[in-house]
Amino acid sequence: MDIRYYIFLSLALFVIGIIGVLTRRNAIIVFMCIELMLNAVNLLLVAFSKMHHLAAGAANPTAGSEAQLFVFFIMVVAAAEVSVGLAIIVMLYRNTHSVDINFLNRLKH
Amino acid sequence: MNTLILSALSGVIMMFSGFMLNTRTAVRTLAHILLLVVIAGTVLELRGTTLFNVDTKGMMVFDRFALLFTLVANICTLAYFALSSKDMERVGNNYSDYFALIFFILSGIVLAASFKSLLILFLGIEIISIPLYILAGSEKLNLKSNEASLKYFLMGAFSTGLMLMGIALVYGAMGTFDTTRMEVVGATPVLLTAGMMLLLFSMSFKASAAPFHFWTPDVYDGSPTVFTSYMATVVKAAFFIAFMRLFTDAFGGIGMQWKLIVSIIVAMTLFIGNITAVFQQSVKRMLAYSSIAQAGFMMLAIYSLNADAREGLILYAAAYSLATIGIFAVLIKMKDQSFEGFNGFAKQYPTIAATLVVFLLSLAGIPLTAGFISKFYMLKATVDGGSLGLAIFAVLMAAVSVYYYFRLIQSMYFKEGSQVVAVPMTAGFKYTLVGLAAVTVLLGIFPELLTNWLYF
Repeated sequence: MDIRYYIFLSLALFVIGIIGVLTRRNAIIVFMCIELMLNAVNLLLVAFSKMHHLAAGAANPTAGSEAQLFVFFIMVVAAAEVSVGLAIIVMLYRNTHSVDINFLNRLKH
Repeated sequence: MNTLILSALSGVIMMFSGFMLNTRTAVRTLAHILLLVVIAGTVLELRGTTLFNVDTKGMMVFDRFALLFTLVANICTLAYFALSSKDMERVGNNYSDYFALIFFILSGIVLAASFKSLLILFLGIEIISIPLYILAGSEKLNLKSNEASLKYFLMGAFSTGLMLMGIALVYGAMGTFDTTRMEVVGATPVLLTAGMMLLLFSMSFKASAAPFHFWTPDVYDGSPTVFTSYMATVVKAAFFIAFMRLFTDAFGGIGMQWKLIVSIIVAMTLFIGNITAVFQQSVKRMLAYSSIAQAGFMMLAIYSLNADAREGLILYAAAYSLATIGIFAVLIKMKDQSFEGFNGFAKQYPTIAATLVVFLLSLAGIPLTAGFISKFYMLKATVDGGSLGLAIFAVLMAAVSVYYYFRLIQSMYFKEGSQVVAVPMTAGFKYTLVGLAAVTVLLGIFPELLTNWLYF
């Protein structure tokens, strides 16, 4: 399939993620939207990996494999980030009984 | 490589020391010893001895620039430990974990300073950021600390998403993550330009350059002051080193595409940082905005990308970090962290007030201090890089910065106040501050003491 379809699909997912981060007020949903952005990147990386692999042909059978490795790194780092992020949200919930990020504005004075 | 492995190991050792060692003094001493070992490892590597032979498959390059910055970061961390590690006790119960997280940040700084593959850049920035989210929220029962932590986390994760998209697009255009193999023949591919822009924006986010700086004052203000001190200095400098390395190696050849945008970002950062800092009543918040303003100056190096810029950025990192760590170390001890809180400070603590004056003069860029000579390098690099206008604007903004730095000097020396300080300051603390001030002046007179390490 043409690479452009993959680019459009992952850019669409990415933009949905960005819009979610900018508009939603629930910390957990904002967080899920960030994960959506990361997964859009994963999809794009795998698609590009396949593209470069096909372009290199038999001359270089390992071409494009580094992008697939990158995807694993993104998953691992995202998992680490999730564990820290959820801990922060739980800590906040314990103190305020809410996960609404509107009150982040309280810091401004 | 020495620093990377030693600091990661030190982090693990510090984690275990939490239940192996009984007293906080022992934990603190162990942290200092481990940091000295890390520094020794860095110096050894700078002199050509590597203790560990790891094949990084061309993903990392330990050149003198990377090693020298690592050394500067380590020494600033040592100064930070010496001045502020006692005050971490007041943040929470997990004393040894704070040291462990700082060691992990140090290993992230090594990755961010010496990457040659975009993968390592990503890992380095994340290894720096994730411990910082925890440190920002380490005052668990303080609502401001919680909010700072959540805000930092959401902003950080969001900008990581942008950065990853940028990396993916650059990969799509070039077919490699290796930053040194990104020469463009003919027209610049659209994917490369788009990816580079996303990388530029996300790095500006991380380094808190305007218009992506809005999270900085809140996060710096809300976090426990001990950790603000670290994240505003060493960490910020590390982001700039990574920023500079990325744009030198990968995008230096397509400067036409980004020079204008970077110069706009620099001008906005200088303007917003300096003008907003003037109106602050709290010294902590003033320092947060001053860190944005200084970020504007550091970003001049990314605009010009020449030899002077490299020397200047290292000098700037050292000068800015040492001075800011010194000011924060005193600020942590104050009961009232507004400008009024410093009224009459000089009468009560003449020596410490004198060192504060040296740090503030250095930040403002007054001659004979390290801050002046590093600003000079930056301006020279900018003029050589072809933008006289930007250099003039930067000088004007530096003149504005004198106002809010001198306001603190004015409160300390020329205003009457009652008893000002909450926590007693020991003689060791005083001598360390005097030592830092001496280093600041020494670097201001002989900057080649530091920059020569880049070449010999």
